[in-house]
Amino acid sequence: MVKRDTGFQAAAHIIMIILSLIVIFPLVLLIMSSISQESDILKYGYSIIPKALDFTAYKYIFGEGSVFHSYFITITVTIIGTVIGVIMTTMISYVLTVPGLPGKRFLSFYILFTMLFSGGLVPSYMMWTKIFSIKNTIWALLVPSLLCSAFHIMITRTYFQQNVPKEVLESARIDGMTEFGIFFKIVLPLSVPIIATIGFMKALMYWNDWTNSLYYITDKKLVGIQALLNNMLTNVQYLSKSMDASSIATDTTNIPTLGIRMAVAVVGMIPMIILYPFFQKYYMKGLTVGAVKG
Amino acid sequence: MNKKFAKQAKKYWPFYVMALPACIYFFINNYIPMGGLILAFEKYTVSGGIFGSEKVGLDNFKFLFKSADAWIMTRNTLFYNIIFIIFGTIIAILVAYILHEMKSKMSRKIYQTIILFPGLLSIIIISYLANALLAGDNGFINKHILQPLGFEAISFYSEQKWWPFILIFIHFWQMTGTNCILYLANMSAVDPGLYEAASLDGANRFKSLTNITLPCLVPTVITLTILSTGKIFNSDFGLFYQVPMNSGAIIDVTQTIDTYVYRGLMNTANMGMSAAAGFYQSVVGFCLVVITNGIIRKLSRENAMF
Repeated sequence: MVKRDTGFQAAAHIIMIILSLIVIFPLVLLIMSSISQESDILKYGYSIIPKALDFTAYKYIFGEGSVFHSYFITITVTIIGTVIGVIMTTMISYVLTVPGLPGKRFLSFYILFTMLFSGGLVPSYMMWTKIFSIKNTIWALLVPSLLCSAFHIMITRTYFQQNVPKEVLESARIDGMTEFGIFFKIVLPLSVPIIATIGFMKALMYWNDWTNSLYYITDKKLVGIQALLNNMLTNVQYLSKSMDASSIATDTTNIPTLGIRMAVAVVGMIPMIILYPFFQKYYMKGLTVGAVKG
Repeated sequence: MNKKFAKQAKKYWPFYVMALPACIYFFINNYIPMGGLILAFEKYTVSGGIFGSEKVGLDNFKFLFKSADAWIMTRNTLFYNIIFIIFGTIIAILVAYILHEMKSKMSRKIYQTIILFPGLLSIIIISYLANALLAGDNGFINKHILQPLGFEAISFYSEQKWWPFILIFIHFWQMTGTNCILYLANMSAVDPGLYEAASLDGANRFKSLTNITLPCLVPTVITLTILSTGKIFNSDFGLFYQVPMNSGAIIDVTQTIDTYVYRGLMNTANMGMSAAAGFYQSVVGFCLVVITNGIIRKLSRENAMF
């Protein structure tokens, strides 16, 4: 029995090491390509061990500035969207736990139904662009489909039901606290773990979103980091095109387009790698909390 | 009656105020577009708008289902989703089991951290990773594997036979860590006493797996399968549009309903068919959710979603 288990343990490690290498390999390839010389990429392809280190691509990106601007857009949208989304989600989730509230069943159904049926892209697109005219406004990055989700409401409601004692709320009511006071001063402080989890999931959605930009944004001023990456993937010259004409004329040939592409992708990935150890806990919680039925 | 109403209103109004922002949001973001599904029965004109354009009955659907597109996109969407559901479940459970049974907590944590990471990346970054590997002239696979071994370089972005494998591989590369977390949590929740009793009775690892671990996962498998069956007409737009870099040559194996709808929408001449495809996706998807949920309700009530 003991002997058999060493066999299993060894096999388990081998499998997991192979899987880990498969996961890591493309990431390393990307990073290494971004610090390779352009001429080496053209000659030898993207390689895992650069022939010579070259940071021109990074110098170019940070000198050019549109990466910073895109970061600014993405960070702004992520913060605003996450804060508003979390407030909206927690408020309605709390309402769904109020005992005896008239219309609560209807309200639950109203929310659940959005998970079951949707109008899809065409009507949404037509509505946002023709009725609300959000094309090329910051609203386009914030509002469509991302602000509030029925799934998050369901799990937040379950958390409130299980972790906010009814007696505490009752005694606060008897003490004459207003309902808003109770919500902001008692319910929310008691629910920090779920707020962190939901907040993290929303922030991740905003950070990684590129479809709203694809559908509604053509203005370069509103291009977030994912959209910038997307534009560069389909058009290698994107960054150099956004520079003024005179500088293109002088050194188009020296701009390491392939290296820049990879470098921008690395720059887009770095925040994730740095922050990952801090929010891994919330990420895992966000994945398992969904198992609780709505 | 009025008095009671006034009393109730006084007691409950703050809750309705709290519920209002999300309700308004869902009304706009979700319910108005449901009404907008009427576009599928219209010949859209700018002057007529969403609700006032000329009604053409089922014409859009007739054109859509006469074209080869309808079959191709339905086939692809279903094919990829079924593979994702079946193999996704098997792979996730296997990986979760290996991690769960690993004695060293430290290495378990390291592996888990690594395989979870791709789930955080946007599909755009993943497109870059795929491109570094697959690119025809500079890609790693061509330059460092195929050519040194004496094979011809493959131009991946124009040869469709590779894409089912590529897309399936990328999906699992990205999602396996994420998918196995839930099963891992499930396995940790199993009463350790059961395993001890089983091993006293002489059950080996395989017996414990099939008789204890797997049965404990059944409810989760069912719930996740219902959820994914409900979404079987949907696809990860980024994976099918962005990772193949919108390449026209491989559209036969990468076109899903979502990419069709998007491509149609961006090309106004195709608006009607795009709207019809979206309608088809919404309605069939909804029926599937209701049917699978109904079946589950019959089999075991407590696992049903509603």
